[in-house]
Amino acid sequence: MDLNDKIVADTWAKSFSSAKDLPKQLTSDHRSFTSFNNQQQQKKWEVSSILDYNNRIQPPFPEFNHTPEAPRNHNSQIKGPDREDMQSNEKPDNKRFQEWDPRVMLNNLSFLEDKIHQLQDLVHLIVGRRGRVLGQSDELATQQQQLITADLTSIIVQLISTAGSLLPSIKHTLSTANPAIGQLGQLGSMLFPPTNSLNGVVLQQNSGGSKVSGQSNQIDLTVNCGTEQNYAAEEHDPKDDDDDADEGENLAPGSYEILQLEKEEILAPHTHFCMICGKGFKRDANLRMHMRGHGDEYKTPAALAKPNKDSSEPMLLKRYSCPYAGCKRNKDHKKFQPLKTILCVKNHYKRTHCDKSYTCSRCNTKKFSVIADLKTHEKHCGRDKWLCSCGTTFSRKDKLFGHIALFQGHTPALPLDETKPSSLPSDRTENNESKLGNIGFNFSASGSGGNAIQNMVDVKGAVDDPAAYFSPLNFDPCNIPGFHEFPRPTFEESDGFFSFPIPGACNYNQKTGGDSGSNDLE
Amino acid sequence: MGTMKRQRSDKAFNFTPFDLLTEEIVFIILDFLDENPLDRKSFSLVCKTFYTIESRHRRTLKPLRSEHLTTILSRYPQVTSLDLSLCPRITDSSLNVISHVYKSNLKSVDLSRSKFFSHVGISNLAMNCTNLVELDLSNATEIRDSAMAAIAEAKNLEKLWLARCKSITDIGIGCIAVGCRKLRLISLKWCLGVGDLGAGLIAVKCNDIRSFDLSYLPITNKCLPPILKLQHLEDLVLEGCFGIDDNSLTVLKQGCKSLKALDMSSCQNVSHVGLSSLTSGSGCLQQLILAYGSPVTLALADSLQNLSTLQSIKLDGCQVTCSGLKAIGNWCVSLRELSLSKCLGVSDEGLSTLVTKHKDLRKLDITCCRKITHVSIAHITNSCTSLASLKMESCILVPREAFVLIGQRCLLLEELDLTDNEIDDEGLKSISRCSKLSTLKLGICLNITEEGLSHVGLCCTKLVELDLYRSVGISDVGILAIARGCPGLEIINVAYCGKVTDHSLMSLAKCPRLNTLEIRGCPLVTSLGLTAIAVGCKQLSKLDIKKCYNINDAGMIPLAHFAQNLRQINLSYSSVTDVGLLSLASISCLQSMTILHLKGLTPSGLVAALLACGGLTKVKLQACFKSMLPQPLFEHLEARGCVFQWRDKAFQAEVDPKCWKLQLEDVQ
Repeated sequence: MDLNDKIVADTWAKSFSSAKDLPKQLTSDHRSFTSFNNQQQQKKWEVSSILDYNNRIQPPFPEFNHTPEAPRNHNSQIKGPDREDMQSNEKPDNKRFQEWDPRVMLNNLSFLEDKIHQLQDLVHLIVGRRGRVLGQSDELATQQQQLITADLTSIIVQLISTAGSLLPSIKHTLSTANPAIGQLGQLGSMLFPPTNSLNGVVLQQNSGGSKVSGQSNQIDLTVNCGTEQNYAAEEHDPKDDDDDADEGENLAPGSYEILQLEKEEILAPHTHFCMICGKGFKRDANLRMHMRGHGDEYKTPAALAKPNKDSSEPMLLKRYSCPYAGCKRNKDHKKFQPLKTILCVKNHYKRTHCDKSYTCSRCNTKKFSVIADLKTHEKHCGRDKWLCSCGTTFSRKDKLFGHIALFQGHTPALPLDETKPSSLPSDRTENNESKLGNIGFNFSASGSGGNAIQNMVDVKGAVDDPAAYFSPLNFDPCNIPGFHEFPRPTFEESDGFFSFPIPGACNYNQKTGGDSGSNDLE
Repeated sequence: MGTMKRQRSDKAFNFTPFDLLTEEIVFIILDFLDENPLDRKSFSLVCKTFYTIESRHRRTLKPLRSEHLTTILSRYPQVTSLDLSLCPRITDSSLNVISHVYKSNLKSVDLSRSKFFSHVGISNLAMNCTNLVELDLSNATEIRDSAMAAIAEAKNLEKLWLARCKSITDIGIGCIAVGCRKLRLISLKWCLGVGDLGAGLIAVKCNDIRSFDLSYLPITNKCLPPILKLQHLEDLVLEGCFGIDDNSLTVLKQGCKSLKALDMSSCQNVSHVGLSSLTSGSGCLQQLILAYGSPVTLALADSLQNLSTLQSIKLDGCQVTCSGLKAIGNWCVSLRELSLSKCLGVSDEGLSTLVTKHKDLRKLDITCCRKITHVSIAHITNSCTSLASLKMESCILVPREAFVLIGQRCLLLEELDLTDNEIDDEGLKSISRCSKLSTLKLGICLNITEEGLSHVGLCCTKLVELDLYRSVGISDVGILAIARGCPGLEIINVAYCGKVTDHSLMSLAKCPRLNTLEIRGCPLVTSLGLTAIAVGCKQLSKLDIKKCYNINDAGMIPLAHFAQNLRQINLSYSSVTDVGLLSLASISCLQSMTILHLKGLTPSGLVAALLACGGLTKVKLQACFKSMLPQPLFEHLEARGCVFQWRDKAFQAEVDPKCWKLQLEDVQ
């Protein structure tokens, strides 16, 4: 975030000498409108609740009457005058809020300030362009419009991703990647209507969302992407990344307090809940930020500071237990090993006791229950070139050899290009039996022919009935009982990749067929 | 033959004594015919019964050609060991035939010099010959991991040689490690694609490994822990493994308890520090080879002194200090074998101290220790009286008198290399007392004459190999004495002994076992002498008649007729023409020819000869022929398994022998 902040600041430093004049509170709120609008367009929200929110929100924030215009403008050609209107609204607010400026928030707010100016400048740009392109064809105009909108979108995305910590409600809705979680969030906000929640306003905006053209889809995509990044970044807090990392931790049994969360708690998207409205947050800091909306008493530096720092007494160490009975991480287990943090609990529970619902879109085989794991995998997916006969792939050769050293009967598999002569039919979908036949024939026939290539050419024609091409010395591999004892199922699963072990299997059976006495398969 | 046939047909009436003997007894008799392969051949040609008995008795086969493989294989059904290293062309189909004929009978296959086969053939072999125990695939530079995967199916394999299989990688070796769990010996020398992972996995998976050759592999210390954990490892070769260094060897701490022989030659990054940690746990190390390694200093010698069972140490090419040699002398063990060949810094003082302590030395190699004098020789002969092998080529400061001592004291010598020394007839006379001598090398000994050699011929009746290269004092009389006194002579080199004439050859023709004859640069030798050799020495397999200007087609024709076992011939500079060369085609074994500067050779004659000699694997030719002859011809010959080496040296006139030595010294 720091980096982003700096970059933005550099970019906009000139044009926004008056950056600090902007209203802090409003800025953030307004920002969230835009982002929400973009993000929610696809979702179908109950109109009733939307209206509900709208009513409630209006009194405390009259200036919002104007602000809904902004997103709409964005959807259907933002107009210059509107924008100026907004600015005129903002300026007095800014002055009003300047006196109140807690140090804690300074950084975040000034960053958002910059961001809003960024948006502003873009709108100016649009206005300028519109004036110029007036005489031109509609097509060109729409092109430009698309271009600008795309720019705008990217800024919005950036804003959303960076403002995550400031605006918990955004994140709350953003995490709807998992529908259940999204509904939960929605439920929460319905039950406890937050005073400063922007959902309502945004949702209202959504009701008109059907007007949005194809661009909105594009926006949606990018927004989602942004949220996922955000999500991944959170999950990958290096400190508590791996729940197995504390394997070696040796705490005396009584030296810590064991907490056990319930399954529902673990799977719930939030861990910190507002005492007043019940809204959930992922981080305590976000909750504290949220609390400001509940009254001035929460705005004092003391209330906003980290609670741990205040407490002078040394707290008893907290360790967590997995609610899953029989798990090693469960406190009733004989060799109980506690988990260090709540995040560890969450990751552990999802990885170990939940369905792996996230499938890699590249390989369509690897599944994960923690989305961050999926992200990590996707970075490397397809690059694993070291292959074991069991079908496992490795990105590093030494890992493959470690695997082979560990497991009996596993063999390194040869890369395809080496095992399969190029002249062989490369149709991966043909069934294994016929492939076996091919290769077996190939081997046996080379004796009579001597010219391997010619044999292979012959084989092409022999795909239909490979057994017929076997010399008397060979036997149909399919009919030999021992054949199925060969660890073949794994090869069947991953089609084509394992052409190397198959000839072995096939030929082996020719041999066993030859003298039934030798039955030393392994 | 006619009589034989009659005997067979009248078998019911004509009683032959062999009918009384059971096949087993004849087999046992045949077991004693192992010494000379030709004896078996003669036996099998006696009659049909013998023919069948011999073909059923034979267990090992070393065919020369692969063309008739099917016939050969059906003739010898009981063969368990097949050496195909002489066949120029072994294709997948050959291997297929072999594997289907012998099936599980076959135990050993040598393909170390064969070409033209691929993983398909190997796979057939591994699949059908389930009892295959030994497989030599050395020099199969083209085979890849797929072939290794095929070998992995040979579950009973115990010995596997893969030297110089450059295209294989860790993956292939991994397949072998998993598949061939019974491996006892594996050689991965020069398999440059194999690294720590492959070598380590072999050690992890194949617990029966006795002998492990990892020479010149790009391995590091990472693979050593599993290797040193091998329970039965006896022979470990780490020659030229530059990736192994002291730092991590010291970390290893534990050595291998069962290790008997360790070769750390050319490991430049290993000093006494790493060595001592590697050998510390090896309680029964017998042989240590540290050639071309770190300097032999006091520290090195001290670090090894705890090896209580050490018998042999080779320090060839090392920098040697006097104190280091003395420290070796102070070891409590008594060495049997010591090699200081080409060591720099070997002095009389160090060597004398060493040999006086190690009185049990059987083999001593002090080749090119140019600083030593008669002092060392005196000490060596004085204390090491049981020496069986002494190699002291080019000990130039040793005076002629010192050689007398050798003959006086080391009477058990079997091998003596005195190449390029000052020995004279007196010394030779003394040395002739070593009646067990079988190998005697007297090359470039300019002081010896037929007189000394006559003594050798009289006394050293067991002589097998004699090298008289450029010992220009030798003449026919000496050779005659040798030929008469040493009937077991197999190898003789009289190259550039200008006085040698046909008489020598005629006398050597009486040595029936002679298989290698070098008469290079003997201008007095003619076709007549060569004819005598061809007639007399049936086992002749290597012949060098380069620069025998008087040998012509007249010598070639009898050679072609009689020397049916000739494998290798050098005809350069002789007077042989198209006719002589073409006649050689009747020698079916002929594999290697060197034909440079033959004046009478025409391109068409050469083509005819090359095409006619079907078994050729190597031909050295004048480069000018390359452009003269059509390219498809060479392609055809190469497809048959023949390799061409093109030479473009100008014609060299022979220099005066004495002059040659002087030239040599000038160069040095």
